[in-house]
Amino acid sequence: MDFTFSDDQLAFREAVSRFLMTEAAPEMLREIWETDVGRSPDLRHKIAEQGLTALSVPESCGGLGMDDVAWSLMTQELGYYAIPDSLADTAYVAAGLIAALPERLPSREEWLRRITDGSIRIAVGHPVNPLVADAHPADLLLLAHGDEVHAVPRALADVIANPSIDCSRRLGRVVWEPNTATLVAAGEAGRALWAATLERGVLSVSGQLLGLAQRMLDLSVDYTAQRKQFGKPIGSFQAVKHHLADVATRIEFAKPVLYRAAHAVARGDADASVRVSHAKLACGEAAWLAGRHGIQVHGAMGYTWEVDLQMFMKRAWALDASWGDRGFHKARVAGFVLGDAAALGPGRTFGE
Amino acid sequence: MDLAYTPKQRAFRAEVRAWLADNVPRTPLVSYDTREGFEQHREWERRLFDARLSMVMWPEALGGRGCDLIEWLIFEEEYYASGAPLRVNQNGQLLLGPTLMEFGTEAQKQRFLPRMAASEDMWAQGWSEPNAGSDMAAITSKAIREGDHYVLNGQKTWSTRAIYADWLFGLFRSDPASSRHHGLSFLLVPLDTPGVTIRPIRALNGKEAFAEIFFDDVRVPVENRIGDEGKGWHVAMATAGFERGLLLRSPGRFQHTARRLVALYQAHRESADRDPTIRDAVCESWMGAEAYALSAYHTVGRLAKGARIGDEASTNKIVWSELDLKMHETAMRILGARAELVAEAPEAEDGASWLEGFLFAQAGPIYAGTNEIQRNIIAERMLGLPKS
Ligand SMILES: Cc1cc2nc3c(=O)[nH]c(=O)nc-3n(C[C@H](O)[C@H](O)[C@H](O)COP(=O)(O)OP(=O)(O)OC[C@H]3O[C@@H](n4cnc5c(N)ncnc54)[C@H](O)[C@@H]3O)c2cc1C
Repeated sequence: MDFTFSDDQLAFREAVSRFLMTEAAPEMLREIWETDVGRSPDLRHKIAEQGLTALSVPESCGGLGMDDVAWSLMTQELGYYAIPDSLADTAYVAAGLIAALPERLPSREEWLRRITDGSIRIAVGHPVNPLVADAHPADLLLLAHGDEVHAVPRALADVIANPSIDCSRRLGRVVWEPNTATLVAAGEAGRALWAATLERGVLSVSGQLLGLAQRMLDLSVDYTAQRKQFGKPIGSFQAVKHHLADVATRIEFAKPVLYRAAHAVARGDADASVRVSHAKLACGEAAWLAGRHGIQVHGAMGYTWEVDLQMFMKRAWALDASWGDRGFHKARVAGFVLGDAAALGPGRTFGE
Repeated sequence: MDLAYTPKQRAFRAEVRAWLADNVPRTPLVSYDTREGFEQHREWERRLFDARLSMVMWPEALGGRGCDLIEWLIFEEEYYASGAPLRVNQNGQLLLGPTLMEFGTEAQKQRFLPRMAASEDMWAQGWSEPNAGSDMAAITSKAIREGDHYVLNGQKTWSTRAIYADWLFGLFRSDPASSRHHGLSFLLVPLDTPGVTIRPIRALNGKEAFAEIFFDDVRVPVENRIGDEGKGWHVAMATAGFERGLLLRSPGRFQHTARRLVALYQAHRESADRDPTIRDAVCESWMGAEAYALSAYHTVGRLAKGARIGDEASTNKIVWSELDLKMHETAMRILGARAELVAEAPEAEDGASWLEGFLFAQAGPIYAGTNEIQRNIIAERMLGLPKS
């Protein structure tokens, strides 16, 4: 039993963090907001150069074949830097779905190769989300029609923009017609693909929420150490300290829940969906509190457009209800914990 | 105890309700944090004033109708229930108004109050400075006496809607050798005076909702001082507790939000009930708003019997700001995936008004004295706990 990350995994995270620190600075995010598409081809290009688009793609298709556990570190970094890009949707969530398609499907390998080299953006229209993120700049849309999975070229769909409070998020209502040419899976197979995609999507936003929480905490610690009132740093006041200590506590106790959930998904555990919902709730709660306490300790500064806290706070508010709102995830947890067949005894934390 | 409204109070309620039903704009006004919306709201204030409904508890001679505080509470309940526009000049009307009533000379009252009631003058507040937020006594902006003028130099910040306003009221250090609460004077400054520079600050919602104001040898006549020179802190604080607590945020506003929240829950009951805490939060919101209203009626009754409001006023600020936050958070939870959509989104529907309210609710525990400061006041002054 070893519930920790390998040195390689941690070193990889560190490298991603350093990369995003320089390539996705807040000033740059604000510039990207001002553009029509809200996405930077240049940033995507650099991301691909770093090999980040290739993480989930099987080695047989030129990728690195990393699993959900590695992504649980990666998504935290994406959240921490609030990157205005659908990298995780394409390279993690969509890559997972496409990799699970039958190998005989002609486009499968092409799509995976294009994910690897960063030449394709894929938006995922899971039914749990009423609107599709990043449908507008996508090349390919994975859309649901009942249990069916359709891979729809962007040209065959209309996207009606629905702006979010998070300027980095580009949501759209996708209007399209299913046809046999776009169908890639149906029936039981389609259902299973959507079910697995749901868990990945939830894990992805959970990790991002946790990263956002950490960023808001770091910004708040920096600010309260510097800002002085009554002749002292405001961080020396107990009320301020406690606000931030509460956030730190939430974050610490969300991390292992996220990691356990990622492991469950990677291994296909029977209780994976409950673990995933637990992670979403824990990470969402940490991010929500980080936003509330973050703005509170920033005083009026936190209520401005100019101070960067708002970028992370708004993203946290937006992601909180994406890939299933709290009601959805609480219902999944309750369905398991309160159900007759719940296996809650000793040894169950890591399954038997 | 007698909890029946008098016939006069009932008649007043009926009159206000009928007037609002006939006059409240059918389509919501543009946000008052924009130039266009600000002017629309000023227009609305003039209509209220013409009906003698803008400042109901002010004396008739000053543009009001001499209502008592119970009638004021009734007015507020009806006002918010009708969905009428937010009060764009309330920082002047509710915060400066009572100060002028208590400390202003007769000439000052005549000069400023009727125009304030009619929103011919729009007022901005000037307390905060870059280094004087929670620690307001750290104010350094100066007002140095030169004959019959003060010469102002320094900077104010976070002044709500100051880029659209006509006047500013605030504290300036008139005794350069003084420190902390001493040597401050309460001044009224026309914002078009030479030497005043106003730079907008964009708020969370992207709008230019507040501003920083720079003073560069700005000359203000001595007759624009309220109260004695050097006694500004006392003037500012004397009315602060009650006004910041109750007047600024009357219960009617939160009761209206609580009813809207109940309706939102009812409209989305099925999806909302998947999260059992939502139902609870909706009921708690109603109870919270109701308790706030009951506290207000109780307080107003005690005031009528000659009681003074003391440091317990700080409890008000915490209650309304945290209630407002809770209600808007709950609305966001009910709206779920739709909560993040802004007004321009075709699928936002009624959700965007909750989102706007949610953003503003974030500021509630910060402005008018942060809730941390209020808790310190409650602990130290109301409960007498030792200072840290
Ligand atoms: C929407 C909005 C509108 C405003 N409008 C106006 C206006 O019109 N005119 C005006 O003058 N000002 C206005 N303000 C400013 C407001 O009065 C200040 O934001 C407030 O006084 C807090 O000051 P600060 O922002 O500098 O925060 P700070 O004082 O820097 O406080 C930051 C954090 O430290 C905490 N803290 C500070 N001191 C202590 C302590 N001793 N113990 C415990 N905790 C402490 C605070 O509670 C807060 O959490 C407005 C603010 C907002 C958000």
